[in-house]
Order: sequence, then structure tokens, then C-alpha cells
Amino acid sequence: MFQIILTLLIYMALVIPLGVYLYHIAAGKHTFADPLLDRVDGCLYKICGVRPQREMDWKEYVVALIGTNAVMIFLGYLILRIQSISLFNPNGIGGMEASLSFNTIISFMTNTNLQHYSGESGLSYLSQMVVITFMMFVSAASGYAACIAFIRGLAGKSKASVGNFYSDLIRIITRVLLPLSVIGGLLLVWQGVPQNLSGNIVVDTLEGAKQVIASGPVAALEIIKHLGTNGGGFLGANSSTPIENPTMLSNLIELYSMMLLPGACVITFGRMVGERKAERVNGQKNHKSVFGREGRSIFAAMSILFVIGLGVCFWAESQGNPALAEVGLSQSMGSMEGKEVRFGVAQSALFTTTTTSFTTGTVNNMHDTLTPLGGMIPMLHMMLNVVFGGKGVGLMNMIMYAILAVFICGLMIGRTPEYLGKKIEGREMKLTALAIIIHPLLILAFSALAVAVPDGQAGITNPGFHGLSQVLYEFASSAANNGSGFEGLADNSLFWNVTTGLVMFFGRYLPIILQLAIAGSLMKKGFVNESSGTLHTDTVSFAVILVFVVYIFAALTFFPVLALGPVAEHLTLWA
Amino acid sequence: MKESGSGLCNGLRQMVMVTVILMLVCGLGFPLLLTGLSALLFPQQASGNLITVDGKTVGSISVGQEFTEDYFLWSRPSAYHYNVYTETEDGQRYYLDGTTFGGLASGSQNYGPSNPALAERVEADIQNFQEKNPEVEREEIPTDLLTASGSGLDPHISPMAAQIQIPRIAQASGLTEDKVQEIIQKHTTGKLLGIFGEETVNVLQVNVEIAECMGIL
Repeated sequence: MFQIILTLLIYMALVIPLGVYLYHIAAGKHTFADPLLDRVDGCLYKICGVRPQREMDWKEYVVALIGTNAVMIFLGYLILRIQSISLFNPNGIGGMEASLSFNTIISFMTNTNLQHYSGESGLSYLSQMVVITFMMFVSAASGYAACIAFIRGLAGKSKASVGNFYSDLIRIITRVLLPLSVIGGLLLVWQGVPQNLSGNIVVDTLEGAKQVIASGPVAALEIIKHLGTNGGGFLGANSSTPIENPTMLSNLIELYSMMLLPGACVITFGRMVGERKAERVNGQKNHKSVFGREGRSIFAAMSILFVIGLGVCFWAESQGNPALAEVGLSQSMGSMEGKEVRFGVAQSALFTTTTTSFTTGTVNNMHDTLTPLGGMIPMLHMMLNVVFGGKGVGLMNMIMYAILAVFICGLMIGRTPEYLGKKIEGREMKLTALAIIIHPLLILAFSALAVAVPDGQAGITNPGFHGLSQVLYEFASSAANNGSGFEGLADNSLFWNVTTGLVMFFGRYLPIILQLAIAGSLMKKGFVNESSGTLHTDTVSFAVILVFVVYIFAALTFFPVLALGPVAEHLTLWA
Repeated sequence: MKESGSGLCNGLRQMVMVTVILMLVCGLGFPLLLTGLSALLFPQQASGNLITVDGKTVGSISVGQEFTEDYFLWSRPSAYHYNVYTETEDGQRYYLDGTTFGGLASGSQNYGPSNPALAERVEADIQNFQEKNPEVEREEIPTDLLTASGSGLDPHISPMAAQIQIPRIAQASGLTEDKVQEIIQKHTTGKLLGIFGEETVNVLQVNVEIAECMGIL
């Protein structure tokens, strides 16, 4: 318990400086690394023909984002199909089958990293580097770019421009992701994560048998997997393997890597919005609070949701498994099936809650083997999709709920709802409702389809209520662009590859389009003056209202299906 | 509006060029740079943390191994038997329990907590364990020793799980219980800074030392 609290306190100390740095980059302000990186960026702009000064409105920005991602998908797909060539392929891996390639490439471009293959047998080192590692950088950078554009729209400095997509994409990679990856990658190697280009190693064991040990450029993939909240492992068992995550320290490095940038995004948001407000109200820049007041209430709401989930997950796992207690196996260490000894129950529960809240999808224990309620928390946090969230989209989703919350409050007090100094009207509410409803629609409709058709049922490997949880988890993970799984699901089939591919695709791009449309629509409006009837959104009470709105919405949409899955399993197990 | 005329073509060119350049920088440049730096700074770790005894590589510190002999410390159950296999003369590969080895893999059996197969496996393992360790009571067996790890490659067991195996190891190896105790102690790692994670015993390192003491390595 104490180690969890301390881990989170260290996180708070780390996230603030990074948030301030990210704000400087998003706002185009001076940073210490400019003299060097300006030159690097300039060089990249020149080769690519990018003119960073060319401002885009939200529609141009979306077209540039989706167009670039489309080109990346095309090129990546091609490489997966021809990966059997002998370039960086010491283990002689063959080409990837079409539907699996489709699923894989969508999965990595959308920052989901759902894996229907196993890295050991499914990918050559060429693919691991040029497709997977590359996609991890650019999908994360695309998400952050969208988020920064969205914040620029909300901050409302300009009436039309949200920035230049290409320049945002490149700056995020050269100034944030690459430098942090080199430092973090070296730290991981120091802790024992392999980084080489040689093939798998076969050794003779002490008992005269043979053992094959995985090798390859693991650390490079490992660090950006977490920094970019990607989550797809080099190996099948992901960060639970002692190859990807050998020590407690490597586990902390990976944990912080995935938590830092999403938290920093909220700080960036608070700063940019706060700065704009200070300029508007006082005509001067006197704003010096770390989070910015609007950012603080969003951060608080996310933290409350996170801590509640973490508490339930840790408690449930600590209780152990009554079915094993009945057989006579002591459960004093908690539920250890599917967990590693070096992490134990506490660090496993923390990692599980974090990976699904920050929508990374990396796992340091197997989620399929979690206790029913311990497994319900990751599922729930992917269904909420607002508890920090990965690569900026969590913040964007939370703003949707904030708009919904001011709307509901506005109805109660009989005033026109306002958020960040702008009137929320019919058009914004329609778009917000649509953006919020897409997520549960994708999860529930496709889960219903999967349990209705034989091809879907064929994937289920656990009997009873847990089988439904496996299906539900897979689609929640796809729609939230998380990528972890109840890995027992036999999901490398045409049905599962195609359906989850579609869910990931729509779950990623539809909300981004709608959210940027909302930002575009709010930008055009003038600021309204605060009056006594204005609902303040920078208060603790608003953070609490936000938490309630999120839970109520989740309960209305997901409670029935959660009752049939994890809750029912819990009740039968503890009966 | 000069831009709109060539806008589409220009836009496409930017998309393609950004993709290609970033693929080279992030997909090739970065991993190769890291490979070079790691080889220079941390050569032992970068190549897989291998354990070599008398010039013979016997495993990796990071990766667990399956042990079946009574005189060795046993690891936790693994869905993939730690990728330990034997090869017959005609090239067929089998796990030590005789099932077919399907190639390098990692993971668990993914039994849900309510899956009856989980309880059955644990029951069978308890009986097997008690047969080989007759002085150990059922409720004395620590949780981790008979539950499968997430990766199937867990190199560790808890100190308690090592303790209860000492009588069996001492009897089968001919070493004294104190000696075995001492070896286990030597390869036990505490929590990070005394706070984070759990106490662990590295099974392979213990067994290498047991083998050395017995003179069979």
C-alpha cells in the first residue's frame, strides 16, 4: 500500500516540469534545446517540403492528419507482407497473412497496439523496427498533435488557425519523444533489457536440455511503447516478461514513461487556457499557477477516478482467488496466477490500472487471470476512456464530459451553458453527444455481434461469465485504442481481425474529427463576460460534478453488461 | 490563391515525404543508435544478460528455466515450460513433460479465476509437490510456487517458496541444509530501496551454484 502511494507521489513531482516543457513546445515558446533542435527541425522541414508558418484551419488539419496516417498505413502494410526478406531477419520469420496484417497495421497506426500475433514468431526485426517502432512514434505524435490543435482551438487565440500539423508532428518527435526515448532506452538496457540485432539464443541447460531465449532490438521498442502510450510488446507476454521488464526499477521506468505525457497534456491545457484568460481579463500575463485553474479541476477529476479504480483493483487482487483457497493453496500473497514474483500484487494492480487509464495497453501481468473485480477495473477504465487517457485523447474526451457537465448544470440553474468563456449551443452539444456515444456504441454493438455469431464465439476460451468478459474486454480495448487483452481470447481469426480492426479505426478517427470540429466551432465565437450566473469550471466542486457525470454516464451504458460479466463471476466465485 | 492550384499535389507530397523521413529517423536511426550506444555502455545487458560457466552459456539471469531434478530449486509452473525442450534425433522437439514444443513463446494459460481447469491444475501440482516434499503441509506452500506467472518466464520465486524446498534439495544433493540455505540467501534480492516490489530468489543462479558445489557442472 505504502509503495503505491510513494510511487504516485514521485509521479506528481515528475509530471509538473514535463508539463511545463510540453507547454513551451505546444505554445511555440523558447526552450533550452532550441539552438540545436531548430536546426534539426529546419532541415526536416526542408526535405519534406513543409512550411511551418502555413497555418491550417481545423478541416485542413484533420485532412493532413488522416492523409499522413493513410500513407503510413499503406507503407507499413506493405512491409509486413514482405517481411520474410532477409534484411534484419536472423530468425527467418515469414510474411504476415493479409487479415492479420490489416489488423496489425490499423492497430499500430491508431495507437491501439492490439496484437493478434506473437512477436516471437510473427515479426522480423525489420518489422519490429521500421513498422512497429516507427508507428509507435508517429501514432503517439499524431495524437498529441490533434490534442494540441484542440487546445489551441479552445484557448481561442486565433479565429481560425489551429496550427500546422506537419510541424506539430515533427516537433513533438524531435523535442519530446526522441530525446526521452534515447535516455529512457539506455536506462532500460542498463536494467537488463536486450538491445541487439542478433538472433534468438539457444543454450544448454543445467539438466542437459536446451532453452531458447528471445533477443533483438527490444529496448528501443520498449521505451517508445510506454512514452507514446502504445503498449504493444516485442514478445507475446509483453512487459510481464523479464526480457522486456527485468527488474522493479525497469518497471518503474516503464510506469512513469506511460504516465508522464498524458498528465503533462492536462498541464499544457491548463496553462494555455489560463494564459489566454489572464490576457483577456487583465490585459497582462500574471498567470503563474502550475496547472492553470481549468487544468487543475480536470486533473483533479481524473485523479479521483484513477484512485478509486486503483483502490478497488488492489483490494480485489489482495483477496486472492477463493477457488484456489478451496483446493488448499494459501492465498496469503493475493491472487498470484498470471503475476510475476518481482512485482507482486501491489505493483501489478498499479500497472494494470495505469495501463488502462492512460490507454497504453502494456501489461506486467496477465489481465485474463485477474480476479473478477480486479479485471473489471481495467475494463471500466477503458469504457470511461477519460482517466488521463493516452496521447492526448483522454484530455479531449474529458473535455467532452466537461461540456456535458456544464450543459447539465446549465439546465439545472436555467442559464446558457458556458465553458472556457464560450457559449455552448446546439451545434456543440450535438457534436459532443455524438462524440460521447460512439465509444459505447462500438463496444456494445460489436460485443453483441461477437456473442451472436459462431465465428465470434469460437474465440472464447474460458467457460461461463468470464467468456463474456473476454469479448467485452477485447472490444473495449479496441475502441479505447488501448490494446491490452484478456489474452486467452483466440483472436487471430478473420472475424476477430476484421471486427477489431474496424472498431479501432472508428474509435480513433471519428472522435478526433468531431472533437476538432467542436474546437473549430468554439473558436469562431466571441468570449462572453462572466456574470453572477456563470458556472465556475475551475473549482473543486466542478471536478466532483465531472466525476459524477462520468460515472453516471458509464453506469447508464455499461452497467447491464458488466453485471453479466465480471460482477456475475464475482458473485458465483465468492458464493 | 496560388496555393490552392497545386494544393492537393503539394499536400500529398508532404504526406509521403514526412512518412518516409520519419520512418528512416524513428524506425531505423533511433533503434540503430540505441543498439550502438548500448553495445558501448552496457555490453553485458544489451546482449541478453547471459550466464556463462567455464565458457559454456547455461542461461540468462533475466529468464527463468524449468527444473525437474530433486537436487535443484524448482521454478513456478509455466504455460510454455520456460521454452526448455529436448530434441530427438529426427529433429522433433518436445517439452520435458513430453508434449510438443511449438517454438519460442511467452505468456500464461490465461485461465480465468473461475475456470475449473485452473483449480484442477493447482490440485495436481499440489499432489505432485507433496509427493516429492513429504514433510511440507498443504497450507504451507506459498501462493507463488504453484501459480503460473504471466510471462511463463519468471526467473524468481519468493523466499518462502525457496525455504520449503530446502529439505528436499539437501537430501537429494548431499549438501547440508545450511549450505543450501546459504546459497539461497546469496541470490535473494530485497525490495528496491526497501520499498518497491517484492523480495525475490533467482532460481537459475541458485541452481548454478548448487551444481558447482555438487561438482556436476
